[in-house]
Amino acid sequence: MSAELALIGPILAAMLAAATPLLFAALGELVVEKSGVLNLGVEGMMLVGAVCGFAVAVQTGSSTLGFVAGAAAGAGMAALFGVLTLFLLANQVATGLALTLFGVGLSALIGQGFVGIPIADVPELYIPGLTDLPVIGKALFGQDALVYLALAAVPAVHWFLYATRKGLILRAVGENHAAAHALGYKVIRIRFLAVLFGGAMSGMGGAFLSLDYTPMWAEGISSGRGWIALALVVFATWKPGRVLLGAWLFGGVTIAQLHVQGLGIDIPSQLLSMLPYLATVIVLVVISRDVARIRLNAPASLGKVFHPDA
Amino acid sequence: MSSPPHRLELRGITKRFPGCLANDQVDLVLRPGEIHALLGENGAGKSTLVKIIYGVLHADAGRIQWNGQDTHIPDPAGARRLGIGMVFQHFSLFDTLTVAENISLGLDQPGPMDALSARIAEVSERYGLSLDPRRHVHNLSVGERQRVEIVRCLLQDPKLLIMDEPTSVLTPQEATRLFETLRRLAAEGCTILYISHKLEEIRALCDTATVLRGGRVVGSCDPRRETARSLAEMMIGTELSTPERLPQGEAGAAKLQVRHLSTTSDNPFATNLKDVSFEVRAGEILGIAGVAGNGQAELMAALSGEALVPDPASVAIEGRPSGHLGPRERRLLGLAFVPEERLGRGAVPELSLSENALLSGYAREPLVRSGLVHFGRARSYAERIIGAFNVVTHGHRAEARSLSGGNLQKFIIGREILQKPRLLVVGQPTWGVDAGAAAAIHRALIDLARSGAAVLVISQDLDELFVLSDRIAVLFHGHLSESRPTHHTSVEEIGLLMGGLFNHPPDEDEE
Repeated sequence: MSAELALIGPILAAMLAAATPLLFAALGELVVEKSGVLNLGVEGMMLVGAVCGFAVAVQTGSSTLGFVAGAAAGAGMAALFGVLTLFLLANQVATGLALTLFGVGLSALIGQGFVGIPIADVPELYIPGLTDLPVIGKALFGQDALVYLALAAVPAVHWFLYATRKGLILRAVGENHAAAHALGYKVIRIRFLAVLFGGAMSGMGGAFLSLDYTPMWAEGISSGRGWIALALVVFATWKPGRVLLGAWLFGGVTIAQLHVQGLGIDIPSQLLSMLPYLATVIVLVVISRDVARIRLNAPASLGKVFHPDA
Repeated sequence: MSSPPHRLELRGITKRFPGCLANDQVDLVLRPGEIHALLGENGAGKSTLVKIIYGVLHADAGRIQWNGQDTHIPDPAGARRLGIGMVFQHFSLFDTLTVAENISLGLDQPGPMDALSARIAEVSERYGLSLDPRRHVHNLSVGERQRVEIVRCLLQDPKLLIMDEPTSVLTPQEATRLFETLRRLAAEGCTILYISHKLEEIRALCDTATVLRGGRVVGSCDPRRETARSLAEMMIGTELSTPERLPQGEAGAAKLQVRHLSTTSDNPFATNLKDVSFEVRAGEILGIAGVAGNGQAELMAALSGEALVPDPASVAIEGRPSGHLGPRERRLLGLAFVPEERLGRGAVPELSLSENALLSGYAREPLVRSGLVHFGRARSYAERIIGAFNVVTHGHRAEARSLSGGNLQKFIIGREILQKPRLLVVGQPTWGVDAGAAAAIHRALIDLARSGAAVLVISQDLDELFVLSDRIAVLFHGHLSESRPTHHTSVEEIGLLMGGLFNHPPDEDEE
């Protein structure tokens, strides 16, 4: 087997891993936005999820508990957002931005004692035979459980939104909250649950970064992935399958530029580190030039305050 | 012989909102199989009352009996369980969902989608309401959307069907078909509570009418024995003055010429205009009829300057190509316009009346001096409008949103008319406006035309267009029909045009 071919396997595996935190956060935000709420606090929820997950995993020695804690911390942040915007009718954009700033500060504070602490690796899947397959074996059958969970979440979210009654109600609430209210659906409760789900998914994405991908805690560890997740949802026109493609693109360029850096090509590393973000934004802008498609898929009540009055 | 229990009986229903008593000791009795009209002006408390019946709101006091039993209606689902269905005036539909999904959302036990689709097809067939369950709602006409709402109610086998202003969006022919469906339902024993302010159709359809004014029941009658005029006077409580039609004056020079105007829009919900041509002359009122969503919004935007037109020559104001000019430049040429949405387009809800007067009046009335606002003049301008148009408000400092719909509309139209425009474009001038204010607005528009200005009225209300216009044209799917003189046409003929029965080039995008 040639050396080039031997590289493909690890690159593919690394790409799937790099896409995972983005996938979690973007799928969560997709459900939130489909319910008509715009939560710009994804970055903050990821950071708090990352630090809480890391702290719990270090204390207990269990990465599983760490992931649960990360999801719970993200949901906790989201609950704060939900209470402010849904019950107290605060502006969603301002509250979301504040949530991100709050998350940056809070995660740095919690994480002070955890900088530079090593953590045990999360076990990876091993299926004799399959995992040993050349090229694709490691990528397809040798990942951490969370990678598979994120992948499984794509069809699961799609199925929930488009095949179940609860998903239909959630889309209806995001489409026209006044009409949904008139039909007797509990707009606020449905949105609050969606916001909690989005927070848990963001927290999970953050915990994957600190527990598994890096694995360590550093301030600002999500380095803007929360923002990319937000952009991904819009440019994927709120379709789970397209979110997956976008996340893979981001993951692929991330890994490719790491390899380019490794090869010692004389390009400043800062420029290369910009590449995944730049590539994601450019490709997403190009594929989302069809304004009509965005209008048809955008939840019509997105970001609008719902006040159940006469 | 003992009479069967009443289907629904309300006693002493009272509902108070901050600052107003929406329902005051309202009694209402509905019998099985009757078509019962609920009449009243805007703000008379009709909507509040039906929301209480449908469980959206709860009464502060009063008793509700359903089939002779005391009952409490906690929420819309509870109302549906009793057998109460409601077709809303502003449809509670979801544009990006299919017909079947929309209907499923209104049912408590919808069952699997396939079975539901079959039931939808069956019920819509039985009542002559043809519908394809798989289509997306945003592709449907307004009449078809209403059918979705009605079928949704019918699937629950309702004992009481509430219809809130159902014909305000229909062509006369569609309305006739709706009445047949309603009569058939009533014959099967379903009670229909019919809310409308269109008196002629209440006289044609309903067995009983209850009239509300200021939150109170002020009378009930058999509408078939009343005249439209006597019903209207019960509603407003005073004698009604209708503006008389001016004898057709000699139309002068063309103030607005539209030539081969076509638009394209990024918005998939928009209706593009296709080769629209017409002109409005000094001294005349041209009415443009049509069911909502046939290009009215796009025509308004292209005329006001909110949307620029690719070919400047396709819109000419006073003979000057203006398609490339923005709203301000067009105003300076002598165009004034009153958009359909009062709050948000016609006026800024949070600003005071004098600030709102300033917004469109600053150029033609000298309200601004070397870049600074002359607040004294803005105030006196606002006060002039309030005085000349009888706007009921507590002064020029009142926020625009604090005015009732009719008063705000009088203020906005007054703001434009006092600038002495040579050309006025108005969208839905009396939509949601009570009868008294509507008459005042109609009179002002007629007076403006009589003084030599050209007036274009875009409206879905045919009665209004027949009162106002010298000529009427119809918009359908973005095409504009030839205009015809009002005294040479009839509601029926215009109604047929509104359904698309006129010659226009075949479309590529028609279904």
